[in-house]
Amino acid sequence: MAGKTYSAGVKEYRETYWDPNYTPRDTDLLAVFKITPQPGVPREEAAAAVAAESSTGTWTTVWTDLLTDLDYYKGRAYQIEDVPGSDDQFYAFIAYPIDLFEEGSVVNVFTSLVGNVFGFKAVRGLRLEDVRFPIAYVKTCGGPPHGIQVERDIMNKYGRPLLGCTIKPKLGLSAKNYGRAVYECLRGGLDFTKDDENVNSQPFMRWRQRFDFVMEAIHKAEAETGERKGHYLNVTAPTPEEMYKRAEYAKEIGAPIIMHDFITGGFCANTGLANWCRDNGVLLHIHRAMHAVMDRNPNHGIHFRVFTKMLRLSGGDHLHTGTVVGKLEGDRQATLGWIDLLREKFIKEDRSRGIFFDQDWGSMPGVFAVASGGIHVWHMPALVTIFGDDSVLQFGGGTLGHPWGNAAGAAANRISLEACVEARNQGRQLEKEGKDILLNAAKSSPELKAALETWKEIKFEFDTVDKLDIAHK
Amino acid sequence: MSELQDYKSSLTDASSRKFETFSYLPPLDETQIRKQVEYIVSKGWSPAIEHTEPENAFDHYWYMWKLPLFGETDVDKILAEAEACHKAHPNHHVRLIGYDNFKQSQGAAMVIYRGPITV
Repeated sequence: MAGKTYSAGVKEYRETYWDPNYTPRDTDLLAVFKITPQPGVPREEAAAAVAAESSTGTWTTVWTDLLTDLDYYKGRAYQIEDVPGSDDQFYAFIAYPIDLFEEGSVVNVFTSLVGNVFGFKAVRGLRLEDVRFPIAYVKTCGGPPHGIQVERDIMNKYGRPLLGCTIKPKLGLSAKNYGRAVYECLRGGLDFTKDDENVNSQPFMRWRQRFDFVMEAIHKAEAETGERKGHYLNVTAPTPEEMYKRAEYAKEIGAPIIMHDFITGGFCANTGLANWCRDNGVLLHIHRAMHAVMDRNPNHGIHFRVFTKMLRLSGGDHLHTGTVVGKLEGDRQATLGWIDLLREKFIKEDRSRGIFFDQDWGSMPGVFAVASGGIHVWHMPALVTIFGDDSVLQFGGGTLGHPWGNAAGAAANRISLEACVEARNQGRQLEKEGKDILLNAAKSSPELKAALETWKEIKFEFDTVDKLDIAHK
Repeated sequence: MSELQDYKSSLTDASSRKFETFSYLPPLDETQIRKQVEYIVSKGWSPAIEHTEPENAFDHYWYMWKLPLFGETDVDKILAEAEACHKAHPNHHVRLIGYDNFKQSQGAAMVIYRGPITV
């Protein structure tokens, strides 16, 4: 049989990378992009261009193409669909053979899928909407260091969401005053407190003193309440070496949980730290600073559901997901979609939640969904309904802003949470009966009564910028 | 707005000691406990009873009362076991658990008899 012959020049992408008859394999990594093509570029050509530029292709034919089996390695655009509610955009489905990616490397997957292609001139806008990771690839990744079930056992928290609080002001406190704020929250009934993402090791509070004072606060609150407590010690650092140094010290002083910012810190650092946490029995809380730069624009960037999958593979025991009801962006159905992707074993395609593919995680542990930002006791019935038990509800201002201080604020949150969980278990409709449930609980808690008086009027009712694509938009 | 109040909690105050889910609410009454048992049964979880001396409540392992009540869906029988455990150990905390064998975790855990705490 004669081999292929070399002919230099530029070929249309669709000759090689558009294959509508292709049936994706179980081992393929599948991606769906929302494409806004340049005027005059046919859909098939734009889709094929994205497939080419995110896999084996370049703009011109090269002789070395003939030294390998390009048909085996190339990505293929295999399906095109209209975007509901848009005249010029379409979804392009692309299948990538598993051997294009290094095992266990979300870094490598990201570099291919959202690399050069996002600056490509043939498309005006490009958004990675969803990725299906084949179970064969999932099994090469470490995933969450512990997962929901192990964390519940370590912390002895069952049958309810966990409660947290980010310490404020986020910048400027001394280590001892910071530890005071932690102690007050924990003795009042919270399970966790949290370093703000900006808190690393600044001149006003170096990490080492923060760690020491926070641990004393945890020990005292545990002795006082008889419950297990933690504080997410942020080990996000300028270099991996410094990050591991801080993590090692956290372990040495017995901290149950540390924290990392997976996007600003980077996927390489995150995956390494997750592996360290697994080896050292330290829980890992993940913050998502910088995500909205990439996931908020509906026409260009990366959808947050892709980041949730990347984080579950890279490793983390908690991930911030938005609150739906608080001060930060987040559509309810879309949020329900990505919290399923974090926590469940198998998630079925469900376009009403923005999920384009079945996703099988096999035995990979689940990640706690963290709801944080602009929430307070009045939101509790909705939060318990939306997030269910496998979540951490974090009230920052909603704890520290209590007129009687952090401990009273923490107690108010804890009592409202327990009242909501008790009512839910009784079969009551929380979102309908929330007010009655909270007011009734406040009869035995002056702290909750004061909280309900303080925050009654606060609302955040801006329209969501990143909505699901629907026809009537 | 109510007047500023002190948060009463200390190492030497027995009422500061809590024991996880529902321990910040007033003790559940009989009707409330029954409803939580019904919830555990409706979820298909296995009810179980554990107890401990209050001073050892921080430990992961409490004493098991017999074995978990596998397959038991009769709410009265479950409540009777909890009461029997309480009668045998009147000064202990008694907690009700719902084991979720699919999640390999406890779907519910709550203290339903509170023992006297000394500090």
